[in-house]
Amino acid sequence: MTTSTSTGLITYREAMRTALAEALRDDERVFLMGEDIGRYGGTFAVTLGLIEEFGPDRVRDTPLAESGFVGAGIGAALGGMRPVVEVMTVNFALLALDQIINTAATLLHMSGGQFNVPVVIRMTTGAGRQLAAQHSHSFEGWFAHVPGMRVLAPATVEDARWMLRPAIDDPDPVIIVEHGTLYGAKGDPGSGPVDIDHAAVRRPGSDITLITYGGTLPMTLEAAEALAADGIDAEVIDLRTLRPLDEATFLESVARTHRAVVVDEGWRSGSLAAEISARITEGCFYDLDAPVGRVCSAEVPMPYAAHMETAARPSVDQVVAAAREAVAGGG
Amino acid sequence: MAVADAGTRLEMLRDMVRIRTMEERCAELYTETKIRGFLHLYIGEEAVAVGVIHHLGPDDAVVGTYREHGHALVRGVSANSIMAEMFGRYEGCSKGRGGSMHLFDAATRFYGGNAIVGAGLPLAVGLALADKMQGRKAVTVCFFGEGAMAEGEFHESMNLAALWDLPVLFCCENNLYAMGTALDRSESVIDMALKAAGYAMPSWAVDGMDVDAVWDAAASATGAIRAGGGPQFLEMRTYRFRAHSMFDPERYRDKAEVAHWRERDPIDTFAARLRTEGILDDDTWAEITRDAEAEVDEAVAFAEAGTLEPIDQLTRWVTTDPEEATS
Repeated sequence: MTTSTSTGLITYREAMRTALAEALRDDERVFLMGEDIGRYGGTFAVTLGLIEEFGPDRVRDTPLAESGFVGAGIGAALGGMRPVVEVMTVNFALLALDQIINTAATLLHMSGGQFNVPVVIRMTTGAGRQLAAQHSHSFEGWFAHVPGMRVLAPATVEDARWMLRPAIDDPDPVIIVEHGTLYGAKGDPGSGPVDIDHAAVRRPGSDITLITYGGTLPMTLEAAEALAADGIDAEVIDLRTLRPLDEATFLESVARTHRAVVVDEGWRSGSLAAEISARITEGCFYDLDAPVGRVCSAEVPMPYAAHMETAARPSVDQVVAAAREAVAGGG
Repeated sequence: MAVADAGTRLEMLRDMVRIRTMEERCAELYTETKIRGFLHLYIGEEAVAVGVIHHLGPDDAVVGTYREHGHALVRGVSANSIMAEMFGRYEGCSKGRGGSMHLFDAATRFYGGNAIVGAGLPLAVGLALADKMQGRKAVTVCFFGEGAMAEGEFHESMNLAALWDLPVLFCCENNLYAMGTALDRSESVIDMALKAAGYAMPSWAVDGMDVDAVWDAAASATGAIRAGGGPQFLEMRTYRFRAHSMFDPERYRDKAEVAHWRERDPIDTFAARLRTEGILDDDTWAEITRDAEAEVDEAVAFAEAGTLEPIDQLTRWVTTDPEEATS
């Protein structure tokens, strides 16, 4: 299904599809399950064509019953399968929170180590497509709050291509959040594999550390270029794995640059950005030359109108402004 | 109605007495503060677990609720490890991490011990899906109360199981009260088998106080599932003699109602029937009760002698040690 261009660049969507097809081909325990992933081809066309190759049992269309089919994925995982469950958006995943939190994340510990749950649950997250307040939020920080799960946020084509396999091989539940604005992004998928344990430095720099993940990585990199034009050399860290957090990578960076801004499309209150800021304070407070800055979404339900949605989300200008403030405010 | 052979019926009587004896002791131990947390007793409902689980083999799976001590015991989880679990001991079937509401046992495919009402149903659907996709001939039995039938997860799971033709036995233990809320105060349709029939699923209402009736219905249902007939639904009409939990003053029901149901005690009525039929005599009854007492005595002693999980293991099994993965 992959449509590689002559340059070797593919879209994030194609990368994800290639990974899913490869998993289905390589491992008969793997099957996909979700709303409109088969005949329809996937709401975001990620699974387009897979039902033709692998059939309706392994590319399994489900009714609109998020708790039911996510729970069935958990049960199937217990029964020896390796289900990759797609929930259309993170907002819809709220309907399955009971199964994800009360069952998938707790079962191993609650059963005294008897039942691990090797399920992968994929979902689209984030704003930027004018889908308004019930399709556009960023709840991955909630999942990252919960012990017992791994939460992945592939931000690059390479990660979209290669994070799936180690996620399937993980013996415990893995949530993969895919920012909706990334599906059309093109990039080099590389030749893999990638790990799902470490953050990545996407742009080295020495004056300030910009920490982000998922959908806000491109704008953060853009902001770093704008800052470079002003003579500010920003390091950009892509968290990649939101739980467990690889704090060593960002603490090492901040200890070196002495300044940090966290960019997170979630709401600021109780956010992943808050957690990272707290860890920086705990881990390298005396290395800081300025308060940790945060650029998050406005604390409003995501509006439909394009100008309002744009105003609600983190922007390049906001990241640049926060970075300048941190640099100007430092010693 | 098909009736089990005499030996099986005596075994079922024995299992009901084992459950009752264990549960009565649990109530005492709760008062003595040996058992803490929430404790939900199965007294009065024993015929359901016993009559159904007697049809299961080692490859089958059981998904239960938070009122699951009896199911675990009949399924083959030892009284020792159940009691140790309730004592919070490391020798418990969930290492003392689950307590009364979260009994688990991989060896007998006993998947809880689920204390979110309705949440066990999707799990059962998935276990059955895995069996079907891998060509195994196992049956997954899912026990849940009638209260769960008000939950969305019940309807989602019934639909999935029927749609995908999965080998699940849905076993509704209708004891007439969702905690303290009577069935006719919580459901617009109180005929549970009728609700299930709405999913094009074969469904029957069964006298859940009569282990012969339960055994017969479960024989038909599990037989149909094993023959490839897809999911089946049984509404077991039963009654909880004791309070919902140990924190329940029972304001919601009359003592006369409880007394009326106690006249239909599944153990007393079954024992009387077996005596009438010449299957049970005084000596056998004495042996059954003596054995049950001895089993529970031993379980309590085992639990008392149990150890506490070292606190340095607190974060163990939040995620899997790679060499320990079982699923």
